[in-house]
Amino acid sequence: MLTKNTDNPLVRLENLSKVFSVHSSRGLGTTDITAVKNVSFDIKKGETFGLVGESGCGKSTLSKIALRLLNATSGTAYYEGKDLYKMKYRELVNIRRQMQVIFQDPYDSLNPRLSVEELVAEPLIVHRYGNRARRRERIEELFHQVGLPPQLMTRYPHQLSGGQRQRVCIARSLTVSPSFIVCDEAVSALDVSIQAQILNLLLDLKRRFKLTYLFISHDLSVVKFVSDRIGVMYFGRLVELADTETLFSRVLHPYTHALLSAVPDPDPDTQKRRVLLGGSVPSLFNPPSGCVFHNRCPFTEPICSEEEPPFIDMGNSHFAACHFAGKLNLKIDF
Amino acid sequence: MKSMLSNKFIVIGGTIIVLMLLIAIFAPLLTPYEYGTVNLPNKHQPPSSEHVMGTDLYGRDVWCRIVYGARISLYVSFSAVAIAIIFGSFFGIIAGYLKGVVDIVFSRVIDIMMAFPPLLLSLILGACLGTSLQNMTIYIGVPLIPMFFRVSRGVTLNIGERTYIMAAKSIGSSRLRIMMKHILPNVLPQIFVVLSLGMGGAILAEAALGFLGLGVPQPTPSWGLIVNEGKLYMFSAPWTTGFSGAFIALTVLGFNLLGDGLRDFLDPKLKHLES
Repeated sequence: MLTKNTDNPLVRLENLSKVFSVHSSRGLGTTDITAVKNVSFDIKKGETFGLVGESGCGKSTLSKIALRLLNATSGTAYYEGKDLYKMKYRELVNIRRQMQVIFQDPYDSLNPRLSVEELVAEPLIVHRYGNRARRRERIEELFHQVGLPPQLMTRYPHQLSGGQRQRVCIARSLTVSPSFIVCDEAVSALDVSIQAQILNLLLDLKRRFKLTYLFISHDLSVVKFVSDRIGVMYFGRLVELADTETLFSRVLHPYTHALLSAVPDPDPDTQKRRVLLGGSVPSLFNPPSGCVFHNRCPFTEPICSEEEPPFIDMGNSHFAACHFAGKLNLKIDF
Repeated sequence: MKSMLSNKFIVIGGTIIVLMLLIAIFAPLLTPYEYGTVNLPNKHQPPSSEHVMGTDLYGRDVWCRIVYGARISLYVSFSAVAIAIIFGSFFGIIAGYLKGVVDIVFSRVIDIMMAFPPLLLSLILGACLGTSLQNMTIYIGVPLIPMFFRVSRGVTLNIGERTYIMAAKSIGSSRLRIMMKHILPNVLPQIFVVLSLGMGGAILAEAALGFLGLGVPQPTPSWGLIVNEGKLYMFSAPWTTGFSGAFIALTVLGFNLLGDGLRDFLDPKLKHLES
């Protein structure tokens, strides 16, 4: 019964869009800005889906509307086939125990007025798990699993280091045995050495508890390290999506190409040909016509500024949103 | 706690208030007289060893009336502020967290309340409800609600954007739980600061209303009432209004100093400088 569903996606996003209304600078009226536009993809049970893109491209907004922590403007999200946007408040609160989030800033995601024990116990209390002693046991077990010494339980967040705080966040998200965890830039705020520790911890926990991750980062090397599949976002749109292997061997979108060429290589002898993009990310108040990437794309043609390219399967479940996908010479000689 | 005592404002303000509270609590031990006993031949006696602060127009001991008046004045102010805090922060946190229509409705109601001068609002409510000790706490407390509403709404708007609120939400905490467990503890320090300033305001309001005749009924003394009774003889017998007025001023000063001190003490930026 349970194994039958392995082919069904755990999470399915359908045409999710988020429009924010911003007060205009003139003081009267509002302007609409589209932070996320028509994003659809599936996340299979047990996989790690990586989402990359530069700062401000809508990755975090997407993760929030995917869990309905923010309400999407249009589109919908399914979790195990259930439409989150059709759920009542109660149902939503109950299903949240299966979907947890680890946020970017471990300094801002822990309430400074609660002790570490209270913070980790919070989900247990909310979901009515056992009595005080039973909860304590569970917290000790979790502390062990995420590699935190139990003495830290009585401490307050400001007494912990960044890595310890992030471990507390991870322990908190694991308390209710979730099956899906969104890591929203979960390691970006940490030192490189701590980053590796936390990444290994996340991978280890994934194996142990059969977790599914949505791993969001602006750091392509981190995403490559953890992900089975990768989605590339630019300006609120998904521009390319493929298996990690496929993406790194056959790039279809010029933006991904530029992104890949920017990954630093630890070997000083390798000669890299960097693809440098001209211009800057367009203003959200004044989005470009046609393909949102056309004003920075080295291969731009007249059609690019006129028509928005569809996001289509180019074979092998490799999706790209480019009019010339597969026809460009995007060699990875780096 | 140690650094709290190194703040001069907190120490001075706190000492004044503790003294006033002690006076109120131990009133019967501090004076041999009764506050209601009329002794007409003895009226308008200047301060002497027998009557340290003189006597009023009915020959009652002024010190005795001030001491007992402290009970009424402080009791009324504390209860009035308690009412204001409970309603103000309750609706303020709800408005700040839920935003949208709820916020607009609550904020406009508060705006309407603020359109009235506080004393006028007290007078209107007082005239409607009638004078009694309980009603007094209501009509002094209600005009103080906007102050607490605005502070708690403002802090909540700020806290609501923090990641740990989003985290609490993602864990599945209910809105009520988020407001009680995550927002309230962060709002309280700010409330404490406004509380001491509000206490000063409440003492003054009590005095003003007592002076205007909307105070507690005779012969129960309250500071405003004592000032009121002495006002006709302010030049022939200045001790009645003078001493009771001084007590009002001193108490208000105490609360204001405490409020200023607490504001500095709880300001996280200053805290970082110290440590």
